[in-house]
Amino acid sequence: MTSPDFTFVIDGRAIPGKPGQTIMEAADAAGIYIPRLCDHEGLRHQGGCRVCTVKAAGRSVSACTQPAAPDLVVESETPHINKLRRDLVEMLFHEGNHLCPICEASGNCELQAMAYRLDMTAPTKMPYLEPCRELDVSHPDIALDTNRCISCGRCIRASQDVDHKGVFGYVGRGIHRRVAVNGSDLAHTDAAVTDHAISAEVCPVGCILRKRVGFATPIGEREFDHGPIGHEIEGGSSD
Amino acid sequence: MTEPRKARVATVSLAGCFGCHMAILDIDERLIELMKLVEFDRSPLTDMKTFTRRCDIGIIEGGCCNEENVHVLRDFRRNCDVLIAIGQCAIMGGLPAMRNAIMHSDAPLRECLEEAYITGRYIRNTTHNIPNDPALPLLLDQVYPCSDVVQIDYQIPGCAPSGDVIFNMLSQLLAGRFHGFGHENIRFD
Repeated sequence: MTSPDFTFVIDGRAIPGKPGQTIMEAADAAGIYIPRLCDHEGLRHQGGCRVCTVKAAGRSVSACTQPAAPDLVVESETPHINKLRRDLVEMLFHEGNHLCPICEASGNCELQAMAYRLDMTAPTKMPYLEPCRELDVSHPDIALDTNRCISCGRCIRASQDVDHKGVFGYVGRGIHRRVAVNGSDLAHTDAAVTDHAISAEVCPVGCILRKRVGFATPIGEREFDHGPIGHEIEGGSSD
Repeated sequence: MTEPRKARVATVSLAGCFGCHMAILDIDERLIELMKLVEFDRSPLTDMKTFTRRCDIGIIEGGCCNEENVHVLRDFRRNCDVLIAIGQCAIMGGLPAMRNAIMHSDAPLRECLEEAYITGRYIRNTTHNIPNDPALPLLLDQVYPCSDVVQIDYQIPGCAPSGDVIFNMLSQLLAGRFHGFGHENIRFD
């Protein structure tokens, strides 16, 4: 027996929900964009980055993993929650080497686009950790700069679930947890440039790079030059 | 009745490329409008090397890569009511900060200088020395963003920010309150 469809509320708007849908899935279908970094269409939900944090019935939950429920009251676009999201994104900027002017992902980078959307422009007192991890350019077609990795794990899920390979995985615990390749370097894995995990849309930042294609798109024509992150979802409802 | 005094503005380029100062000039003819409200004190635009008096606004381009940068930045903090970091170099180190991430080296600064002056493949340096004149300011171990050295009040992101963003920001600030850039105007590149 399946329970019937229901409605719940996001920021005062009644949203249709189906049993089994997460808050984010229902919001996407209704044209409401909830910011997210570790969640990606076609990959299983992880709830790791917490940028999609919303208040559901007064509790902070990740919208990508929390099931929608009948009559649930969800707050998403409030100054308080957006401040939390901005702080999370800012910490990611401080944790890695995110030098936008020299990064070939600039303009196509979801982390950068999220910082724009969340108005990350105020001075900060947090230190830049400036990691110095070795580049992996061993593979003929792919380069890895893990100093830009935000540990979203999208490449891990894409490689395991879509490519059925397991090229990437998490190593370490707690603050030391990082994404690593399953081999001494990328050349010693079965990674191929045609893998979904390597495709431009899976890595949200400039960590997984396809060689010989960088800076091909001129400024003004890159993904987020056309609109802020999430505009496809927000624009979808009015079409 | 006397006219209200103009706001005094000082600018400087530290470890930057002067691109942000070029961007300030990109305000174009609105500079005439702006000049009705401000006068420039210490700035490369006036070629004044020291403060003549206290300023209302200090605009900093570039981060700190040597001791002179730190000295100048502290001087700006002492002499300006409001400090604005303009461009990615001032905000987070920018391109010069790439040297902070030189890999596999116990002495990254030495390695950087040796490659720049001695071992680099395209170097023609007949003295085979790293410049070491006492007049040269000492390089710091790393490139530091301005906010690591002094308190920064506002940031104008961009590499370089557009003339529009700079003009709108300064206009709002001179009118008494900065209301934010609007997320469609924020660029880090």
